Amino acid sequence: MQRTLSEAASKAMLAPHGVPFLAETLAPDAAGAVAAANALGYPVVAKLNGEAIAHKTERGLVRLGLETAEQVQQAAVDLLGAARPEDGEVQVLIAPMVRSNREFICGISTDPQFGPTVLVGVGGILAEAIADVSIRLVPISRVDAEDMLDELRAQPLLGPFRGEPEVDRSALVGLLVALSNAVQAEPGIVSIDLNPVLIHNGSPVAVDALVELAEDKQEAKQ
Amino acid sequence: MSPPTTKQFKALFDPRGVVVAGASTHPGKFGFVSLHNLLASGYEGRVFATNRDGAEILGVQSVAEVSDLPDGQIDLVFVCTPAAANVDLLRQCAAKGITAAFVTSAGYAEAGDEGAAAQAELVAVAEELGILLAGPNGQGVVSTPSSLYAQIVAPNPPPGSIGVASQSGNLVSTFLNLSRHSGVGISRAVSAGNAAAVGIADYLNFYAEDPATSVGLAYVEGVADGRAFFEAAKAVTARLPLVILKGGATAEGARAAASHTGSLASDDRVFGGAMAQAGVVRAANVEEAFEAAATFATQPLPTGNQVVVMTTAGGWGVVAADAIHHSNLELLPLPAGLLAQIDTKLPPRWSRNNPVDLAGGETRDTIPEVMEMIASHPEVNAIVYLGLGIQSNQARMMREGGYFPDHGLDRIVSYHERQDQRFATAAAEISASTGKPILTATELAVADSANPGPAAVRASGRLCYPSANRAVVALGHLWRYARFCQRRS
Repeated sequence: MQRTLSEAASKAMLAPHGVPFLAETLAPDAAGAVAAANALGYPVVAKLNGEAIAHKTERGLVRLGLETAEQVQQAAVDLLGAARPEDGEVQVLIAPMVRSNREFICGISTDPQFGPTVLVGVGGILAEAIADVSIRLVPISRVDAEDMLDELRAQPLLGPFRGEPEVDRSALVGLLVALSNAVQAEPGIVSIDLNPVLIHNGSPVAVDALVELAEDKQEAKQ
Repeated sequence: MSPPTTKQFKALFDPRGVVVAGASTHPGKFGFVSLHNLLASGYEGRVFATNRDGAEILGVQSVAEVSDLPDGQIDLVFVCTPAAANVDLLRQCAAKGITAAFVTSAGYAEAGDEGAAAQAELVAVAEELGILLAGPNGQGVVSTPSSLYAQIVAPNPPPGSIGVASQSGNLVSTFLNLSRHSGVGISRAVSAGNAAAVGIADYLNFYAEDPATSVGLAYVEGVADGRAFFEAAKAVTARLPLVILKGGATAEGARAAASHTGSLASDDRVFGGAMAQAGVVRAANVEEAFEAAATFATQPLPTGNQVVVMTTAGGWGVVAADAIHHSNLELLPLPAGLLAQIDTKLPPRWSRNNPVDLAGGETRDTIPEVMEMIASHPEVNAIVYLGLGIQSNQARMMREGGYFPDHGLDRIVSYHERQDQRFATAAAEISASTGKPILTATELAVADSANPGPAAVRASGRLCYPSANRAVVALGHLWRYARFCQRRS
């Protein structure tokens, strides 16, 4: 059996290992959400957060580009209203709105023959069709992570792109190594999805995270 | 189960004596063919045979049982007996001091549950007796340092330093055929069969410490324990380059592999990533795999990826430049000093760029001289040399044209042929003296392998590549491994 962590809990687990996230706040209600947005500055993103919520986009539980307190208030009310009983305890997550032309996917998955693996790939809505990914086995070194980036076919995406600076390769390498380190340090991780990882002023930042754990920690090791 | 010891591997590859168990008088049977091939190929150890009727086969007086053979003279049993006889056979072998068995017999794990049980028993008995168990259901073993060719369908390759381990006997055959044709030789080759006790990783591990082997070449369809295979491959590449051809990389291939070796489908991207991480060179197809291994075996490793293409005509250089663009190599912009040096040897119409196109401006000594200049330049890491054999091609037409040897044709024909031989020899010598790879490519390697150009490349011990593209791919694999070693040191 496996269970997923909420977005906020996933990020809390990964951040200490060096995965870059945005400053964000969990609010229990609409008023808290507005206060959080006011503190962060606009625009912001609002998302419904909860342990059992894995497919936020498909369920319409992400509100992008909220410009005002009124919009945040409305979004928070809508999101909390969309929660289902099976979602369990939920909150509204408020994060800065980052705009980026480039999306990557980074993650961990467990292969039945090779065990835990690290993945980096080109993200976005065409990701599956493009299928430009590179995979290595955990643990990876920085040299391994550099090789992974070199292996991507879409090298122009890592350079200066549509008015945005080139990707800080060293930071992206650091993110991949951080994922590998997290798997080694935190027992029971079966998979991690960072989708998308956006390139903000050249630096990678994961704007979503989903950690899947083996219910029985022994299970993950097998 | 403990991995085989070096001593057991020596018994398999360099045995003092071999017994073919289940030798047959019928020339169509494995038990005849393997004995025939062993005897016919000059193996210097003693050869024995067992046969139910004690028949004399190919001049070997067989005995009915291994227990009738002398003690302490035999290290390897080549097993062609039916599966049901083999447990007892191994016990008799152990009593004679035999420490390695190559089992060709079928009827094991490939043949359902009952076969799987028989295989498990055979493995347990071999382990208990201290016998290395190769196979079952394998095709044979080759070891050129001992002139040992105990096998069924594969040809005898020339001696060399490529160590082959394969999950398919027929792929062994393919690699050995390519070795025979190219002249780039083999140290050891083994078909792992069902790999019941000894797997591909075990053979590769032995090759890594084998002084006769300088590069591993493996065909795999699936690995039971991916992590263990990864660790084994990493240990091998710390010692020598390893080329792997993976069958079943696509859904269609995986279905075929499932019925061939029972290998489970896995995510090919994971396998590919793991092999890259382990420093393994992964080839896309059979010829690429052999040519990569043959290049590791015969060329020095490049210290960088800056390549100069040297060609006697433009078009060849152009397609070579395209191939380099699609590889991990780069065409070195000609350094001014080198350009000025080449200017002293060629009329002004030469390309004055990389590819270095001699544009027909060469005289008697130009090719070796310019090649030496290029190879000696510190910024050059490797050369791809194109155009060998055209003079001999012209010579062949003159030989066959009906006017030969009159009209001065005998002299010009022998001049052309000598020149091509000289160029091939120069490429090998300059490569050796500068420590840089120089790869010679011409379609004549396959279109007319008797052409004195490619023939002289073979005589120099090197591979003559059938196209610039294939030379570039092979050189790219050398750089991939060299870079891996540099970045991990």
